[in-house]
This record gives sequence, C-alpha cells and structure tokens, in this order.
Amino acid sequence: MTETTEPTGRPPPRRGALVPEPYRVVGRQVEVADVVTLALEPHRGQLPAFAPGQFNMLTAFGVGEVAISISSAPGGAGAVEHSIRDVGAVTHALCEARIGSVVGVRGPFGTHWGIGGIGEDTDVVVVAGGIGLAPLRGTVRDLVARRRDGGGRVYVLVGMRSPDQILFAADLEDWRRRGADVAVTVDVGAQGWQGPVGVVTSLLLDAPFEPARSVALACGPEIMMRFTTRALVDRGIDPRRIQVSLERNMQCGIGLCGHCQLGPLLVCRDGPVVSYGGVADQLLMERNR
Amino acid sequence: MSVDDGAVFDSGGLDQLIGVLRSAGYRTIGPIVSDGAIVYGTVTGVNDLPVGWRDHQEPGRYRLEQVSDAHLFDWAVGPSTWKSEFFTAEETVWQASIADGQVTFSEPDDDTGPVAVIGARPCELSALAALDRVLQGGAHPDDRYAVRRSGTFVVAVECGAPAGTCFCSSMGTGPAARAGFDLALTELFDGGHRFQVQVGSAAGAGVLAQVPHRSAGDGDRVARQETLARAEARMGRRLDTDDLPDLLARNLDHPRWEEVAERCLSCGNCTLVCPTCFCSDVKDATDLAGTVERQRRWASCFDVEHSLLHGGPVRPTTASRYRQWLTHKLSTWWDQFGESGCVGCGRCITWCPVGIDLTEEAAAIRTSAGALGSVGSVGRRTS
Repeated sequence: MTETTEPTGRPPPRRGALVPEPYRVVGRQVEVADVVTLALEPHRGQLPAFAPGQFNMLTAFGVGEVAISISSAPGGAGAVEHSIRDVGAVTHALCEARIGSVVGVRGPFGTHWGIGGIGEDTDVVVVAGGIGLAPLRGTVRDLVARRRDGGGRVYVLVGMRSPDQILFAADLEDWRRRGADVAVTVDVGAQGWQGPVGVVTSLLLDAPFEPARSVALACGPEIMMRFTTRALVDRGIDPRRIQVSLERNMQCGIGLCGHCQLGPLLVCRDGPVVSYGGVADQLLMERNR
Repeated sequence: MSVDDGAVFDSGGLDQLIGVLRSAGYRTIGPIVSDGAIVYGTVTGVNDLPVGWRDHQEPGRYRLEQVSDAHLFDWAVGPSTWKSEFFTAEETVWQASIADGQVTFSEPDDDTGPVAVIGARPCELSALAALDRVLQGGAHPDDRYAVRRSGTFVVAVECGAPAGTCFCSSMGTGPAARAGFDLALTELFDGGHRFQVQVGSAAGAGVLAQVPHRSAGDGDRVARQETLARAEARMGRRLDTDDLPDLLARNLDHPRWEEVAERCLSCGNCTLVCPTCFCSDVKDATDLAGTVERQRRWASCFDVEHSLLHGGPVRPTTASRYRQWLTHKLSTWWDQFGESGCVGCGRCITWCPVGIDLTEEAAAIRTSAGALGSVGSVGRRTS
C-alpha cells in the first residue's frame, strides 16, 4: 500500500466554537420589572476581550441558548454584563439565575460600535429604544469617561415604554452628571412624570447637536430604527456616519446556522452593528426580509 | 490538475478501485437503488451500483426504469446529497453534566472515519466546495463538519445523462468535472463499455497506481468529448445568470413572489434535497439524571419559525419565504460567500411536490423586471 492511499491524518476533535464555556453569575441586578442584568465571570481563564456592541450566546442549561448583547464596558472587574428582558423560556431562565449559579457563554461575536476613531470635536448622538439601550450602555460609559477637549458632546436620547420601565436610570443620571446631554421620553406617561411623552424621534427635533460633525448610533425595535435613521438623515447627518444594531433569530452566532440572514448579511457575522448608509438603509425598508 | 493523457479501465477496474479504497480504510459511499430512487449508501463493489438503471425527471416527477444494459451511471442525481455524510441531518453537538455548580462537557465522537465518495457528479463537487466555504471557511469553522470532511477521497463521475431538470451548464458547474476530485471518471459506451480516468490529486494518482489500467488514446478522448457534448445538449433546463444577483435584488417587490406563493406549499422539500442548504436549528434536551444535551438538526427557511423573533416571525408569508430561499441561492449567497448558492443540480425542481421550477421563476422575474430601478445593488461583490 502506498502512503498516499492511507486516509490522511484527521485532526482530533477539539472543543469548538459551538460548545459554551461555563461562567458563574457574580452579580444580579433587577433593572425594571422584566429586565435583569447578570454579571458573569468565567470559571477558568481570563474573560475574553470584547467591545461594546458585540454579543454573547448565553445558555441556560437544559433550557436553551439565546443571543444577548454585552451591556458593560471592557475593563470591568473581570466580569461581563448582560441585560436580559424576560420574553421567552430561555430569557426567563436567565433572568431567574441566582448569584453563584452557572450559565454557558459562547462569544464574544459580531461587530461593535467602533467608537475608537471618533474625534474629540465630534458630537455623538446615541438613540435607544427600550432594551436597545443595553448594547449602547458600554459605549456611552466609554464616551462619557473620555476627556473630550475638542468640544464634541454626547447626546443620549432614549425612548422607554413608561416611567417605571426606564432602564439604567442610575446610568442615565451618571452620564448627565458627566456632561452628557441625556433626554428620556416615554410612550405612556404616569402620575408624577414631567418629562416628554412620545416616540424617541421627537427628541431628535430639539437636540442641539451639530449634524455636520456628528455620528449617530441607534438601537431599538426595527420600526423605531427605521424612523430614527430617517429623522437623523433629515437633521443632516451623513447616512454613512450612522450605525445601527440589527436583530435576527440567531442559533449559532458564528455564521453557520443561517437563521440571521437579512438580505446580503449574516447578522451574527456581518453585524449586529452595521452602517446605515449603504447597508441598513435598504434593508430597514424592505418588508418581511 | 488533471493528467493530460488520462487512463482507462473497465467496470472491473472500477470494482478494484472500490476495493482498494475499502482496504485503505475508507467508507465507500456511492449510488444505490433504494425505494424507487437512486440514493447514496454503502457500496462494496460495482454490483451495488445502479446497473442498468435510468431515471426520468421532470418538475415534480421522478421515475426509475431498468433497462438491459451494463451502464452504471446513466442517470442524473437523485434526492440524496453528499451533504448528509458530512453535515448530518440530526446530531448531538455536546452533552454536559452539572453537579455542584461544575459543568463537565463532552462532545460525542461520532466520527465514523474518512469517506470515499463514489460517483459524485460535477455539480455535486461544486456543492461540496460551497458547503466547505460556509461551514469551515469562515472565522469559526464547524469542527464537527471539518472532522468528517477531512481526508475525503472523491471519485467523480462526469455527467453523460443529465435529467430534464438539470441546468449545471448554465451554472458553470458541469457536465465536465474541473476541480474538487481525486479521480474523475467518464463512462464511455461507443467502442466498448469503459471509463476514462482523470487524476486530480496525488492521492488520486496513488490509488490509480493500484488499479490495472491502460493509457487513454485518441479514441477515448474523442468519446469523452462527445459524451460531454451530448450531455450539454441534453440539459433539460437553462438559467440566464447574466446580472441575475442584481436583477433579483432589484425585484424584491415583484408580483411574481405572490404568484409563486399561490402554488408553493412551503413544505421545505427543496431545502431538504438541496446540496448547499446549510441551515440548522438547535434544541436543548435534558434527562432526569441532569444531563443536558444540545441537538442540532437541519432547518428550512420555509419553516415559519426559521425567522422567529420576539414578536413573531420576520417572514410570516409564503411569498417572503420563497423569496428568501430563491434570492439566497441566486443573489445574496454572492454577497455572503462570493459565489452562487445554486449549482444547477435541479433537485429542487424534481422533488417539489407541485413542480415549482426556480429557473422558470427567475426567468419570469427577468421578463417583467426593471420597474424598480437599481435598489439594493449597493456594495454587491458579484462580478
């Protein structure tokens, strides 16, 4: 038998990207009635490097796996945070996870907001709807912590369902204290609410950012992003200086399962953060895509 | 990297070739007749192959007929695909046991050894290359696929008998084999039943060296060219691929999507027989002992849950799901992977219970397209 007829050497199976790492729940914060933030720390080794805007696949063992954005900034004390809205079996199990319990983590995956290159004189307009604030939270923390000597300001424009649903209220206050221009509107007011009532795009009309030297980051329900991006462009921001974070069904997070297709994109691989101009502008307009 | 002068052996040589591969440790998988169709299964010699069988394929129709000759490959692809050898329809991805807050993972080692593919058609070589790109060509390869796929020995058989639903010549994938094989055979009839053999790799040359053969002569080469020319002429379908990715991207609101949805059952047969469809679902299961298992199985974009988000499916209508499937194959696959997701094998046409023909659907859109301008062509990577 010649050597070439032997089956070639086959690599031994290794733990691939489809197998989660066990992480311990080291912090649990109830944000609002149906949103819990979990701080997670790996059982072994270092927390992998991540950037705000990326996501992890979180496993509630025995229940299932779900894609959840990272809601903290890098550089925390060895833990990564995820803010989870209780909407289904897996997210419910994750929201119920207690400190000390174990969850599975794969990631981080996907693209990030990429704010590293933003100049000090650039206004950053952050527009979030509901839980869409979670993937932006780490980025805003980074932005407000930076010295911005060039005069660029940070605008955080947030739409929430109702006053008792306002996420990350302490963060919003902190960002305001650190000089960010924070505005919150609600869909439905309540007794004692003195802020604006209405959709988040209404906040865009008044925010005094300078469109020509602005970038915008938006995340929220698809219909909210559709109107938000349109309003940002109407205000004069270059569509290519607007980024959005997209959402589709994800079952692998690494471009293998096909569920997160959105036209030319595999959202897990090419997103979730994509440019509005040239990419999301068409996709957000197409029905049932 | 085919060898110019080639080799020739008869069906006895093919029998020996299968034997050589088996003694080298390969699982030899090839075409067999089962349940009224030519499917892929274990072959131990030429007698297991579809000796004297011919197929008849039209939209929504597949029939086999046995004729009294010794032809082995006088048929076109059936419902089986090589995909299922490497990307199994259902598998356990991992198991975990949890005790005292500690999780122990195990990944089932169901690698059944290297496969020798016997009788892959040229369109199927392209399909395997496309699957390789999707499942192991990215930043995070599917290790389970990669292990099963590694060391595959490919014996291709060029196509002499395309079906009524075939259009590989339109897609540039056949009927001749160009790449992706260790040995490529062409079954020749005029002047005696024999196979002309091209060598595509060093492994192929090593195996051929152990099988009695003679050098190909001019008569063999001419017979091969005639066989391929005949196949080209017999191609049952045609697809005009000129500007097709952009054409479809410009016509996402074309009324034809609603029209085809009136006929489409959204059954997913096309995705099951497609040699490049790669979608999968995962599901976690648990037993009373506390063992957790993640199971993966093939999924179909025709399943309404395929696009499920909190709040409902993104593609709730058959029109939107058919559009997703067809535009993915012929248009957005180019954006995602730089090539076509369709290889022209025609399986989706034959095995559609209502005979929907994607070449006809694409042609219908081309015929009445253009009203919508150039929407969606931005950033496209097609040529």
